[in-house]
Amino acid sequence: MTTPNTQTSPTLLKPVKPVGIVGYGAYVPRYRIPAKEIARVWTGSKGGGLPIKEKAVPGLDEDVITMSIEAARNAMLRAQIDPTELRAVWVGSESHPYAVKPTSTVVAEAIGAVPSTQGADFEFACKAGTEAMVAVMGIVGSGMGRYGMAIGMDTAQGKPGDALEYTAAAGGAAYILGPAEESLAVINSAYSYVTDTPDFWRREYQKYPEHGMRFTGEPAYFKHITEAATFMMEASGTTAKDYKWAVFHQPNTKFPQRVASQLGFSMEQIAPGLLVTNIGNTYAGAAVIGLTAILDIAQPGDRILMVSFGSGAGSDAFDILVTDKITARQGLATKTQEYIARRTEIDYATYARYRGKITMK
Amino acid sequence: MEIPRHWRLKKQRYGLVGEVCPHCDHKIFPPRDVCPNCGDEAKEQFAFSGKGEVYSYTTVYEAPAGFDANAPYTVAIVKLEEGPMLTAQLTDLGEQPISIGMPVEMVTRKMRNDGDERGVIVYGYKFRPAPLHTTA
Repeated sequence: MTTPNTQTSPTLLKPVKPVGIVGYGAYVPRYRIPAKEIARVWTGSKGGGLPIKEKAVPGLDEDVITMSIEAARNAMLRAQIDPTELRAVWVGSESHPYAVKPTSTVVAEAIGAVPSTQGADFEFACKAGTEAMVAVMGIVGSGMGRYGMAIGMDTAQGKPGDALEYTAAAGGAAYILGPAEESLAVINSAYSYVTDTPDFWRREYQKYPEHGMRFTGEPAYFKHITEAATFMMEASGTTAKDYKWAVFHQPNTKFPQRVASQLGFSMEQIAPGLLVTNIGNTYAGAAVIGLTAILDIAQPGDRILMVSFGSGAGSDAFDILVTDKITARQGLATKTQEYIARRTEIDYATYARYRGKITMK
Repeated sequence: MEIPRHWRLKKQRYGLVGEVCPHCDHKIFPPRDVCPNCGDEAKEQFAFSGKGEVYSYTTVYEAPAGFDANAPYTVAIVKLEEGPMLTAQLTDLGEQPISIGMPVEMVTRKMRNDGDERGVIVYGYKFRPAPLHTTA
C-alpha cells in the first residue's frame, strides 16, 4: 500500500482580503533594574560581559492584564474605531495572571469590546503575540470581522541567579488589524516556521522556566528565524536591501544583531527596533514592541520585516509596508521611547519584593 | 468573598464609566441613577476621560486587610476634569513628589486578591502622574 503524498510546498500566509495595522500601542512599566545590580548580588561582578544594560520591572499592581489594557487603549487611540467593532481580542503571553480564566475577557471588558467578540489567550513562549496576529489576519482577511486585536505581553520571570534573570523583563504591544485601505501599514503576508525543539520550557506549577543546554542558540533561535526570514524574502522576491527596517525577537543584545547580519541586514536597519538593551527581553512582547518603536518613526513607503521567535520552537515572519496614514496616527498615543524614558531605577531588594521573590508564608 | 460585587462594579472600576444627567448635563461618578445636581433620573452611561488633578492626599502605612502587600501607598481625592471627585490610590510615582493640584491620569491596575491568592484578582482604577504623553 502506498501512502499518498499530500505534502505541498510551503506558501506565504496571504489573506483573501488585504489586511493591515489600523492601530498599535506599546506599554513598558516604569521600574528598571540594571543587569550589573543583578550581577552584584549573584556573582560579585562589577558588570563586564552582561547581556543587556537594564530591564523593565512591573510595579506591585501590574500584571499582563493591566499592561495589556494600557497597550490596547493606546492602540485604540491610534485606530480611532468603535471598540464594539472588534471581533477578536487575543492576548499572547507566557505569564497570564490566571491558570484558568482568560486575560482577554478582562482586557476586552476594559476597552469596551464585549460582548460580541472572540476572546482567547494564546501561548507559544515568546511568539504567542505574533501567533495571535496571524490569527487576527485570518479573521479580518476572510471577512469574518472588520477589526481584531492581537496583543503580545509578558511579565517574564527568571530563576534567581540564572542567566535568564538578567534579561527576563516586562512589556509588550497591542495591534488592531483591519482592512488594508484603512491601515497605517499593510501586512503583505506572513510566514510561520515551527518544529519540536526542546530549548526552553516551564512545567505546570513551576515558577521558573528551564533552558535546554546547547539548544538555545543555533538549533532554536538562529535556525527558526533564518528559515522563516529566508523563505519570506525568497517567496516575496525581496532581499534585505528592500527593507528600510527589520526587527527580530530579542532575548539579549547580541542574538538579534547576529541574526540580522546573517540575513544581510545592517545595524542601522535594526537600531530603532532593538529595545532589549534598555528594557530587557519582554518575551511575547519583544518583537512586537520593537515594531511599535519602528512605527513611531516610520515614513510612508517604508518596508519592514518582523520575525519573532518562540521557544519550543517557531518563528513568524511578517512583510509590512507603511502607508501614508502613519503620519497622522503616530502622535495619537504614548510613543514607545516615551515609555522607555520614564524610568525609575530600583535595587535588587526592591526588585525581589516587586517580583514576589520573597516568600511571605 | 465578594465576587458578585466585583462583577457588578467592573464597568466603573475598569473604565471609569459613570453617568451623565440627560436633564442638566451633570457628570456623575460613581453611577447612582439619580442626578445629585437636579434630582432627576440619570441612567445614561458616560465614560470619563480619566484626566484630573490631586485635590488632597495622604500616605497609608498601616493598610487594611488585603492591601497590606502594597503598603506604603498614597491615596488621593482626585478631582476629575468633568467635575466629580473620587478617592483612589496613586501609582507609578517612582521618586516623584506629590502636590495638591498635580495633574494625574487614570490607569487600570490590580487592586488586591479577593481573599487570598486563591481568590479572584480585583482590578480597578488608580491614578498616575500625567501627562505621560502630549498629543503631537
